[in-house]
Amino acid sequence: MATIVAEAPGQATGHAEHEQSFLRKYIFSSDHKIIAIQFLFLTLFFLAVGGLLAMMMRYQIAWPDQPIPGGGILPESMVASGYILPEFYNALVTMHGSIMVFLAIMPMLVGVYANYLIPLQLGTHDMAFPRLNMYSFWLMVPAGIITLASFWVIGGAAGAGWTLYAPLSARPDLTGVELGQVMWLVALIFIGLSSILGSVNYITTTINMRAPGMTWFRMPLTIWALFITAILALLAMPVLSAAGIMLLFDQTLGTSFFLPEGGGQPLLWQHLFWFFGHPEVYILILPAMGFVSEILATGSRKPVFGYKAMVWAIVAIAFLGFIVWGHHMFMSGMNPTLGLSFTVSTLLIAVPSAIKTFNWMGTMWRGNLKLHTPMLFAISFVALFAIGGLSGVFMAATPVDIYIHDTYFIVAHLHYVLFGGSLFALFGAIYYWFPKMFGRMMSEKWGKVHFWTTFVLYNLVFFPMHGLGMVGMMRRIYDSTGYAHLEGIQDTNQLITVAAFGLYLTGFIFAFNFFWSIFKGKKASRNPWDATTLEWQTPSPPKHGNWDEVPVVYHGPHEYSHPDVLDKDWLAQNERPDVVSPAGGSH
Amino acid sequence: MDWALPPNYSTFGVQIDQLFWIIFVITGIAFVLVEAGLILFIVKYRSRTGHKAYYTHGSNKLEIIWTVVPALVFVVLGVYSAGLWADIKNPSNMPEGAIEFEVRAKQFEWNIVYPGPDEILGTGDDFEVLNQFHFPAGEPVIVYLEAEDVIHSFFIPELRVKQDAVPGMRIPVWFDATQTGEFEIACAELCGLGHYRMEAAVTVHERADFDAWQASRALAQ
Repeated sequence: MATIVAEAPGQATGHAEHEQSFLRKYIFSSDHKIIAIQFLFLTLFFLAVGGLLAMMMRYQIAWPDQPIPGGGILPESMVASGYILPEFYNALVTMHGSIMVFLAIMPMLVGVYANYLIPLQLGTHDMAFPRLNMYSFWLMVPAGIITLASFWVIGGAAGAGWTLYAPLSARPDLTGVELGQVMWLVALIFIGLSSILGSVNYITTTINMRAPGMTWFRMPLTIWALFITAILALLAMPVLSAAGIMLLFDQTLGTSFFLPEGGGQPLLWQHLFWFFGHPEVYILILPAMGFVSEILATGSRKPVFGYKAMVWAIVAIAFLGFIVWGHHMFMSGMNPTLGLSFTVSTLLIAVPSAIKTFNWMGTMWRGNLKLHTPMLFAISFVALFAIGGLSGVFMAATPVDIYIHDTYFIVAHLHYVLFGGSLFALFGAIYYWFPKMFGRMMSEKWGKVHFWTTFVLYNLVFFPMHGLGMVGMMRRIYDSTGYAHLEGIQDTNQLITVAAFGLYLTGFIFAFNFFWSIFKGKKASRNPWDATTLEWQTPSPPKHGNWDEVPVVYHGPHEYSHPDVLDKDWLAQNERPDVVSPAGGSH
Repeated sequence: MDWALPPNYSTFGVQIDQLFWIIFVITGIAFVLVEAGLILFIVKYRSRTGHKAYYTHGSNKLEIIWTVVPALVFVVLGVYSAGLWADIKNPSNMPEGAIEFEVRAKQFEWNIVYPGPDEILGTGDDFEVLNQFHFPAGEPVIVYLEAEDVIHSFFIPELRVKQDAVPGMRIPVWFDATQTGEFEIACAELCGLGHYRMEAAVTVHERADFDAWQASRALAQ
């Protein structure tokens, strides 16, 4: 297949060395690598903010009758005489979820790694639309500022849950939150626009700008995952943005899209939100799956087991992801017969996830496992994602969902997928690609300390939540001590909270390692992991424009331990097997 | 904390709990296989000097096995779930001759409308009681759920009942308590700042006791 590598429009001098002003080089940069690093700093900041909100929630759940230490620095509208107020608790619940999904995990998976890896792994100089790329980052900044500012306006931040269910989200008279809810919707519209611009870029670049010889089935699985994710985002985000604008009109202009008294339908919001929301779940996990496939192959010194099955599983997940949204709505009052069709599609979508899990295990089978930090995070991704996937079966079985819906069982499930899954994969990805991004290695020793403390504390926090759900503890409650059926769970809640504080502290081990290594880490070679994909065949960090000469690709992405290659256990995508070793075949 | 579902007092709750434990066993087996496999691989295939990994791109036979086996398990689960789901939730499967109540949810209370001694809703002897739900054991009960302001969710854990109450809709829910007892209605959907304390007392009586209770309340109105 002929793939023409054109120089990106507006970037005609892409790979020529020339001086740029500081402002153009580091702030309003259109270099995909700088934009990725900007996204990385932004999203790590919001990860810390989102986590802090969770810590306050956990304190309240564990010790509802005790004032929160240090609460005095917060205004009376949040913490009154030392106690977190119920309305502030609702804001914490809402903004923890919203920030983690929209300002931390999603832009870290996509904004950081789609930007960084697509041009490098495909062997091109930059994105198809570098300036659009810059706008997609700079739209996230006002979104972040508006989000943070909303905590300090009268009425506080949005408090109707990250799912924004109407009428609660649409009627300030019922929540006391007026401006905060509007601000969050405005931020969401910025985020939607940013995501759409980014997606257009990723899709165009992947289709048009692959290096010579980089056929579709020679693309690394990371690229497959990011490409399909971009299609999902492009199709799903406009639905959220449109629904968000309708909700904004209900809040401010007196329309009644979702308000029954004016002829609207509360369930319409849920259909629109989850039509976006379920593809969003896969936007949050597919890139993680891509990173893990890549790291597992490199760390196991083996090609990815069942590469094509992995690709088709991603495609199947993406397609089915658009017809399962109703499984969030089994208890919503939606016609129960409709529930049946969503049960079927939901159980179907579990099949490709199972395929992927078995193929990851197949990749490790009879490998030569290098247990470095990225590999430890990637293996634990498989271990934890399996738990999140399996707990999802309980919810797909609608009769069981009647009982566990809206309980902590769901909280456990979603955190096993989103934290044990996406965030563990992201930690692996950060350790793995850090040397390429910053030209230095992160400390392995502190990386392992970070891994083990995170792994143990993570499970102490989220595994017992399955039990809380079985007992019947509802989600999003400010104080569970008033319920007879919830007597006797306070010990567990306190254990979870203590472990959660520890888990938050492990973030500081990571942050220390991260920032220390940027300046003081060991200098990285081009290819510290002996990896095969193209990004490792450039200097660390790659210069502006990535390549002097565009690489030519001869075979698939993960040629490790090829029997015909004798002197090393890897063969880069731009190395010809017959040159490395005369008898070599190509794959 | 006990890792257990609360005691079940509902007819269909028996089957819900059964299905829960069936899924627990199936997913438990898959869980053990995956985690044990990972640990085994880490121990067995840990990098050794001079060792080269086994070069393979996969196996079509294995791909087919691990596609078909989960798919079959899910089909069986899906079919079993669908039948039970329809029995519990489908309006056409609502039991006949059930005693009917209306429950109106609003921030942050449950308003129970009783049919009165004539046992018909919408007649003159209906009466309302706030946050107290009394009904007889051993016979089917239908609740018509309504919400006045925002979405709430009607949740009685021991009866394995949950259903959102949605403004603008009137949603029927049925259940059949097997024994008398005292429980609570909890709200399971975030409904505002008082969400956490939106609870009501549930009292399940013997039929005769319920009749007496209802007669006394009806007189008091």
